[in-house]
Order: sequence, then C-alpha cells, then structure tokens
Amino acid sequence: MINRIERRWTLAAGVLCLGGIVLFVCLAAAALLAFDEPGMPNGGAFFDAYVWRVARFTLLQASLSTVLSILFAIPVARALARQTAFPGRVWVIRLMALPLGLPALVAALGLIGIWGRQGALNTALAAIGLDQPVSIYGLSGILVAHVFFNMPLAARLMLSGLERIPGEYWLVGANLGMRPLSIFRFIEWPVIRGLLPGIAGLIFMLCATSFTLVLTLGGGPAASTIEVAIYQALRFDFDPPRAIVLSLLQIIVTAVLLVAIRFLTPKADEGHGGGRRVRRFDGRHGFGRGGDWLVIALAVLFLALPLGSVVSSGLRSDLFRLVSDPMVQRALATSLVIALVSGLFCVISTAVMIRARQAALARRRPSTAYRGLAAAISASSALVLLVPPVVLGAGWFLLLRPFGDITTFAPLLVILINMLMALPFVYRVLEPAMATHSARTARLAASLGLGGWHRLRLIDWPGLRKPVLMALSFACALSLGDLGAVALFGSQDMVTLPWLLYSRMASYRSTDAAGLALFLGLVCLVLTIAGTPSAANDDHRRQDDVA
Amino acid sequence: MRKAIIPFLAAIAAVTTAFSASAHDKVLTVYTYESFTSEWGPGAKVAEAFEKTCGCKISYVSVADGVELLTRLKLEGASSKADIVLGLDTNLVSEAKATGFFAPHGIDTSAVKVPGGFSDDTFVPYDYGHFAVIYDTQAMKKPPKSLKELVEGDANQKIVIEDPRTSTPGLGLLLWVKSVYGDQAGAAWAKLKDRVLTVTPGWSEAYGLFTKGEAPMVLSYTTSPAYHMVAESTDRYQAASFSEGHYIQIEVAGITKSAKDPALAKDFLTFVTGPEFQSIIPTTNWMMPVAATKEPLPEAFGKLVTPEKTFLMSSDEVAANRKAWIDEWLAAMSKN
Repeated sequence: MINRIERRWTLAAGVLCLGGIVLFVCLAAAALLAFDEPGMPNGGAFFDAYVWRVARFTLLQASLSTVLSILFAIPVARALARQTAFPGRVWVIRLMALPLGLPALVAALGLIGIWGRQGALNTALAAIGLDQPVSIYGLSGILVAHVFFNMPLAARLMLSGLERIPGEYWLVGANLGMRPLSIFRFIEWPVIRGLLPGIAGLIFMLCATSFTLVLTLGGGPAASTIEVAIYQALRFDFDPPRAIVLSLLQIIVTAVLLVAIRFLTPKADEGHGGGRRVRRFDGRHGFGRGGDWLVIALAVLFLALPLGSVVSSGLRSDLFRLVSDPMVQRALATSLVIALVSGLFCVISTAVMIRARQAALARRRPSTAYRGLAAAISASSALVLLVPPVVLGAGWFLLLRPFGDITTFAPLLVILINMLMALPFVYRVLEPAMATHSARTARLAASLGLGGWHRLRLIDWPGLRKPVLMALSFACALSLGDLGAVALFGSQDMVTLPWLLYSRMASYRSTDAAGLALFLGLVCLVLTIAGTPSAANDDHRRQDDVA
Repeated sequence: MRKAIIPFLAAIAAVTTAFSASAHDKVLTVYTYESFTSEWGPGAKVAEAFEKTCGCKISYVSVADGVELLTRLKLEGASSKADIVLGLDTNLVSEAKATGFFAPHGIDTSAVKVPGGFSDDTFVPYDYGHFAVIYDTQAMKKPPKSLKELVEGDANQKIVIEDPRTSTPGLGLLLWVKSVYGDQAGAAWAKLKDRVLTVTPGWSEAYGLFTKGEAPMVLSYTTSPAYHMVAESTDRYQAASFSEGHYIQIEVAGITKSAKDPALAKDFLTFVTGPEFQSIIPTTNWMMPVAATKEPLPEAFGKLVTPEKTFLMSSDEVAANRKAWIDEWLAAMSKN
C-alpha cells in the first residue's frame, strides 16, 4: 500500500507521539507516588466503604448519562442528516459544539436559569397552577446537565458518520423503494453502530470524571464521583499516593467497561463509492419531514434555552467596561493562544498516531508488535481523559521544581495538559473519517505513486478538511473552557478567561462573571463557525474542484 | 522537543529572576490566595503602603485559596521562594506547623484582638469573619434566629451550603454544627438535609446560586452584606444572627524558615497588624480587622451582625477529628 520508507516513518512518528504521551502521564504519576514530605498523613486503607460508594455512584450516573445522551442523539443526528434543506441547519450544527467550550460552572448556572427552582420551566409551571417548584437537584439534575453537554457531541459525531455514507447507497435505497424503517436498519444503523463504542466510551469518561456539575446539581454528597475523592485527596487530606490509586481505580473501572462495549459491537465496514454527490431521497414529505423538524426543534430548544440564559445574564453586565478592561483583554489573548496552540498540537499528534495505527494494521497479517502498537494507540487515546489534570499538574510541579521557578513552565504545561484532555475528542472525530478516507483513496494514491507531501496536499487535505477543522474547533473550545490545568499554576502572570471568570465570581463580582461567560460563549461560537463551514461554502469549493 | 525546551526555559527563568532581584536590593516574596491579589483585593494597596517604608519590593505569588496555598508549599518543599505565607486559616495551622516550614514570628501581638482569643507563636491573625447564613430579604421574611431553627425549620425554605471535603466555608459549617450539637451533630445534619438544596464544591458556586435566586439562604460570612451595601448600595441580602453563636474563621500569616531576610519578614508581619494594613482589609477583603484601623470602618460595617458568642476549635482538635466528622456528615447527608 504505502511504500516502505514512508510507512517506517509514519510508524516511527506514531511511536514517538504515543511514547511522549505515556511518558508525560507516567512521569507525573511516579513523581506523586514517590512524594514524601514531613507532615504527610499516614493514610488508612485505600479502599474503604466511602471509595466503593463513590465508585458505584460514578458508574451509575455515567452509564445513565451515556445511554440517555446516545438515545437522544440518534434521532437528532438522523433528522439533521435527512433534512439537508432545514433552514439554518448549519447553525444548528454549530450550536451543538457550543456547550463543549463552556466551563462547568457557567453551564450549571445557565441550566439552572431554565430548569432551576426560579427557572423558566418552573415559572411556566407555576403559571398553570403548580405551587411547589419541580426540583432538578439530584440524579435528574446531573443527567440533564450531562445530556446537555454530551448529546450534541454524540449527535455531531453520528452526523459526520451518516454524511460519510456514499451517495450510491441512497440511490439504491430509493430504487428499491426502501421505507424509512428499512433505511434505518440497513443503511443508517450499521454506520451508527460502528461509531457507538467510541462515542459511548468518550461520553462515559466525560461523565465519570465530571466534578463541578455533579456536586452542584447533585443535591448532596450522595452524588459524588471518584473525581471528587481525588480532588479531596489532593486538597485537605493532601495524600498524593491516594490520589494516584484513586485515579487508577477510575481508569480500571472505565477500561473494563470500554473493552466490554467494544466486544459487544461488531466492527463496521467502510462503504465504498465513487465519490458522487450525496443526495438523500427520504424524509422529504409528510410525517417523516414533520417528525424530523420536531426533533430538531426540540433539540435546539433544549440546547439554546440554557445558552440563552447565559447570554441574557451576560447582557446585564457592563460589557463595554469589560471589553475595555486590559485585564480581560490579556486573559482573552492568553486563552486564545493556549487554545489554538494546544488545539493544533493535539490535531497533528492525533492524526500522526491514527496514521501510524493504520499503517500498523495495513498489512494482511500484522505482527504482534504492530497489533500491540495499534491497540496501545487506541487505548491511550481513549483513557488519557481519565487522568485528572490536577494529578498531571501536581506531578509535573514536583518534577520541574529542581529546574527553577515553576511559573515559567506553567504555559507549556497547561498547553500540554489541555492537549492531552482534547486528544480523545479529536481521535473520535478524526479516526472514523481517516479510516473511511484511507479505505477510499489509499489504493488510488498508491497506484498513482502519490506519496508524502503531494498526497497530503492533493488527496488528504481536500478529503479530510472538514473533519480536521471540526476536530480543531473541538480541541480549541475544550482548552478554552478549561480551568483545571490553570488552577494549579495560576498566578498573576498567566490569567485565562475561565480563571478570571472564577476570580470575579469569588470576589462577589457575579455580574462581571456573567459578562465574561458571554465572551467565552462568543469565542466558542467563532471557533465552531470556523470548524463547521457552511454548506454554501462547500458547494462552492466542490465547483472549484471540478473546474 | 520537550527535552530541548526544559533547559531553555530554565535558563530564561534563571535570567529573569536574577534580573528582577538585582533591580531592587530586597524582595519580599509573599504567597497568598488569588482574591487577595485580584484587582479589588488588598494586595496592591498593601504592597504600596509597605514598600514606602521598607525600601524593598513585594512580590506576590497567588494560588486559588488557602488550602491550595498549603498544598503549594508542600509541593515546593524546601525549594520554596516564599518569605511570608499569608492566607491560611486557623483550621490549617496545625497541618502547616507539621510541615516544619514555618519559623516562630517573635513579634508583639498584644494589639491584636480576635473573638475567640486565638494566639499563636508561629502565625499572626490579620483578619477574621464569622460564618453566617445570608438570606434574601425579598424571598424570606422570617429568617431563622438560631442554628436550631435552621435545622428544624420549614424544609421548603432551602439553603445552599458548601462541601466540607473541598471548601473552607463547608468545613466551617461542619465545625459550627459540631460545636453546637456535639454528639448529636449527625442527627442534626440528617434533619437539616431536607432543607439543603444542594452542596456545592466551593463558595463561588453556592453564592452564585443564591444571588440567582435559587435558594433564599446560603452559607457565607457575616461580612457579606457589607459588600452589597458598600459596593452595590443594596441591603437586600442580610446575615441571620444565630442565638447559639457563630463559628469564626481567622486568617493568619507566618514567616517561613527559608525567609531570605527574616528581619524584613518580621517587619512585614508587624505591618500586617498595624493600622494601615488593617484599614485596607475591610473594604477589599470583606473581612473584619483584628486591630485598630486608621480611620473608622464604613457605616455598613456597623450594621453587620456581631455574634455574642464565638465558636473556635483548636486546629489540633480539627486536624485530629476532621476525617471522622466528615464521615459522620457524609453518612447523615447521604441517607435517603
């Protein structure tokens, strides 16, 4: 397939990236494990009843959140895939990338603006005569928040999958007069099913490591996740080894679950087509169309209302003063630089690793070493999300302290940690797209003798531009909203937007904080617009390509 | 790539620290929490006032909060540049001493008066605040008059509290309930549980929910209404005075053993208890001064709740029992 030298380089680059990531995580963990200073508590048993209780709750809420997010995402993705002419469709898709970039606290306050005791829902219910407000605090609140964050993520990933289905399929389907149910069963479901293990795994991890949302909306300590215990171990208790053991527990529990999901779902095979223009013929009229519109409208309401609540409280702040505040400008610039750099690093290294994985599996009978490499790449890209940023931060703090002032390294560390946290997202976006792309173009490129730069420019970039932009915008939005990594090193020298937001909140300036949340939202919006080129642009480009 | 960057950055760090050290002959490095050095915090004014007299330069290093401050010190160990650590609270004192990083302050603290009578040979108090339930006068006409009334009152009138596992006010409420109820604390929590809307990881989330109107009550400080009165000129939010008394949070500062210029560090601690620093604190840190101020406090402070009785447990007692009490809290609050 690819020629031998290039393949060797690809593999070497992949090994390098993978090694770097593994080393980065393991060194931090080792530093914390070896940490021994006076005044350290001698922790009792690691696995007391408390740990088991939080582990059980973590599993429960994360599983439920995952299942619900996916169940709701399927009809939304399908409706969006079918209704290519839905007015404002591209904006709906862009809207779906917004929650990713919001810090948990902002999202929680937005959700409460709708679902809370004084929120829109209860106001409406009170108007029709309900005297006691409906309370979402508890498991239901956690689920609403997690679905708010993850349903759109799942829907977008599924939608990309559905849009990769070759046009021939729809042509044949229409010729056979397939009914919607058959289309779903024979064309759409096999694609979605193939994506499910990856999507479910990603969402499960996000929910399992959720912290602020779980505590704030959980209603009490019965709703605590392992992440809370990890944080606790690194705060009042200051017991780093315990934090590491708890992180390992979190990783093992999730890894077992991920492996189980993977075994339960068969591998999807890539559809081959001639690259003709994709046109769907179903869901054009009547019930199909009406139903799709309803589904889209409900999803938009569910997402847009809490975001609208964030916007409306933001508008009440003194936006002009905030914009002209040099502190805010600096924070915005810092956040943008961190987000863009870590986003770029992340997309490049992930693409390299996926390519290496493909190269390793490209042989008819890959050797054990190659298979091992491929497995290691997909496992590490999946599990890295489970290493709490605070553990990485504290570990690297210890490692770097002999080299001088820690605040000097802070920007680099924050970028690397953000990059790692975005990796699983980017992997989920790029991997299926690159698999399909390679299945469709690898032979052609090889037969044309195209390789290296030329293939990248002529074949890979035009084919993968969309997923790459989407991955980049995801990664940037994630780092933008992240507080975790900055919190540990944060000093006056490196103030990011979420850090400033929390800081204003902590000094009673909640209206300022609301204004900053609006800024964050706007920046995310810009990112998602860049990450989701509109259909008109696409058609334009297609004509260019033809010409 | 990373390998190449680390020595490079280390070199830059060495050069910049060397440069900034030579620009001023003396630098006093103060570790503190973030809100102390934020735009509205006391940090800048304090530095300006002290630098006038000391012929030195104050350099702040700030982390998220008091607990993080101790963590940071532990992580940095002996290599810490801190001369002064300002911002621990009394609950952390015993753990902070156990690290062995702190030296006795050796200054005269006779002018310092804090309710509960805290005095220590290593840490000097610089401000204090009593924990209090703040209520929204527009949503609640009859606030609870005691902790007992809070515990036993109408479960539909909700309160937002902070988690003692992750936040200082949360731990404060835990100790408050323990001080009042003793062995019955578990039962009290089980009763209060129905009134608790939710338990947030930190003060910001709780106060955010409260000001958004989600609950008519929140656990904060007696000084919170002063902020709303002074900065927002509204007396909508008030503290409920509890007849049993209030638990206190005292913030302290100390000198590290590795302080480069112990005499300068001592001067700073003396300055901290002096009228100039004490005058800056109330309207920037929104806490009560521990000693005489230069000018009288703003009028709003006169309207604040002044508890008749103050609860304060020794930090050794807190350190020894914290885990057991948190377990008790968890058990009571997790019941269905």
